[in-house]
Amino acid sequence: MSAAPEATWVPRRYRVDAVRPELNDTVSLELAPAAGEAPAFEPGQFNMLYAFGIGEAAISLSGDPADRARLVHTVRAVGPVSRALAGLAVGASVGVRGPFGAGWPMSAARGRDLVLIAGGLGLAPLRPALLRVLADRAHYGRVAVLAGMRTPREVLFRAPLATWQGRTDLEVEVTVDRGDADWSGHVGVVTHLIPQLELDPRKATAFVCGPEVMMRHTAERLLTVGLEPTQLFVSMERNMKCAIGLCGHCQFGSAFVCKDGPVLRFDRIARALAVREL
Amino acid sequence: MPERDAAEARLIEAPALQALIDALTARGYAVRGPRRRGDAIVFDEVARLEDMPRDCTTTQSPGRYRLADAPGAGYFGFSPGADSFKRWLHPPQQTEFRFRREGAAFVPIESAPAGVPRQAFLGIRACEIAAIGVLDRVFLEGPYPDPGYQHHRDGSFLVAVNCASPGRSCFCTSTGTGPRVERGFDLALTELHDSRHRFVVEVGSDRGAELVAQLPGRPAPAAAIAAARAVSARCAAAMPERFDRERVARRLRETPEHPRWAAIAERCLGCANCTTVCPTCFCTTMVDRTDLAGTTATRERHWDSCFTLGFSHLHGGSVRASTAARYRQWITHKLSAWLDQFGMLGCVGCGRCVTWCPAGIDLAAEAAAIGDEPGAPSGSDAHAP
Repeated sequence: MSAAPEATWVPRRYRVDAVRPELNDTVSLELAPAAGEAPAFEPGQFNMLYAFGIGEAAISLSGDPADRARLVHTVRAVGPVSRALAGLAVGASVGVRGPFGAGWPMSAARGRDLVLIAGGLGLAPLRPALLRVLADRAHYGRVAVLAGMRTPREVLFRAPLATWQGRTDLEVEVTVDRGDADWSGHVGVVTHLIPQLELDPRKATAFVCGPEVMMRHTAERLLTVGLEPTQLFVSMERNMKCAIGLCGHCQFGSAFVCKDGPVLRFDRIARALAVREL
Repeated sequence: MPERDAAEARLIEAPALQALIDALTARGYAVRGPRRRGDAIVFDEVARLEDMPRDCTTTQSPGRYRLADAPGAGYFGFSPGADSFKRWLHPPQQTEFRFRREGAAFVPIESAPAGVPRQAFLGIRACEIAAIGVLDRVFLEGPYPDPGYQHHRDGSFLVAVNCASPGRSCFCTSTGTGPRVERGFDLALTELHDSRHRFVVEVGSDRGAELVAQLPGRPAPAAAIAAARAVSARCAAAMPERFDRERVARRLRETPEHPRWAAIAERCLGCANCTTVCPTCFCTTMVDRTDLAGTTATRERHWDSCFTLGFSHLHGGSVRASTAARYRQWITHKLSAWLDQFGMLGCVGCGRCVTWCPAGIDLAAEAAAIGDEPGAPSGSDAHAP
């Protein structure tokens, strides 16, 4: 058994090729490898992004898994590392380790109806799943996207959402917690949109990503409409330092979120999710 | 490691320990063993037999450690102190990389791989051999082996010693990890004080056999082997099982809302002493720095503890904000989740967390309480512990 330190701990260098402003505090970074192709990734996986001298943060991949020329990460500036990453200019270097973790079970969902439910920035790790489905659309049944955002100004991926809403082979609904004078869409939490879908619970699989409280309520509502707990997947978030199961930080019950997750099957974590401060 | 023939065991006179140290040194091993520093036993470099403590003993109990002279106690009459092999295999601080800024980009600063001599650990106990087995599983047997641990572990030579009497904090019979060393060692000593001060040396590996053959001594007669077994049997008998580990693991898994957590939190200071002295606690954090000019950046990996608030920090605060939740994490991980994650317990019963807890919280007693008391019902209407 041999493990080169550089492979385990030293990030590969990428160049910021483009910075796409998304929201007030959120940008999408397009990163090109200093040499060669970007590694293949599965929808729902993440990378550790390193800002020079500041540190690393676990950030989901939000781009097209078919695109090997670049990695796309959507970053909200909330802590020292994410602020540094979100403030990078084109041409800057970023360190990347990854991709890590278990992603959305794309092949298990093939042939079934698929509903993707996002809360806020949770739409970012679901985007590669949707892009993968659209590249393989005939092999899925109904496909729906439900996205809940705080306000109309905080609707993430506004342009792609509009494009998806225009497709006849997708059902896309966006709701906001609080509307404004110009908002004519849904108002209310995203769980309210679930009954209107009239899912066939025997045929549906759900991928859910958002704040933990949103995922708990969403799961509850999906189970109420009859979805099997084994067909429900959530993407968990915990503090992470290493992403490879060695630092201990991301434990959630018996799971290491970094390697057993971040995408976890609901029935396996339902009890743990109900426990405070686990 | 296959069980080896007891007929390989040797009997050596106590002064031959120096020959053992010399033989290890001659083979390129840096020898680490017990040393007396002030009023405690530490685990550090040993060059000569005189470096090792002689004729002393320790009394240990929850929150208490005292070293005392004990004529006739020999070389290993004490129970280990807070210090252990762990810092030699999993150093408290390791540098993972350095980068230098060049314009908008940065490039790695290459450094020669640190040369760590091969290490021999002299006088480690059954619980510590078990702890090395635990760390091997965590660091080397997963999908991403840890190069730092591997670097320090590679080629390490383990000379164990069988404990003759347990400290009051010890509970290795409850975790199934002692007191007799049964596998995972190169050589295992048992100190005999019958007619003369001697050691039975059992062989656990080929290189152990090669080394012991170089020492002055003779094949251990059956009576000496029986005497050595009796030492371990007496030690085990002095350490009745404190808890049923399978029952405790199940309880911890099934009843996360146990009322005991609130009671422990009344006493626990959240100081992280327990995780620092624990020989299996492996958690680390990353510390990033730059020089003053901001041109070079260094990333270091430091020991961390699940008792710190920052450990579970997410945007918005810590997941485990209460002391009760942090204690629950620590003991649940050791005695239950570890089984799910690694197929073995994360606790080896060494008792360090008990001795070095300033509040005197006894993990074995808490485990017994968790195992015996009915937990509160858990469910969706769960309350903070």
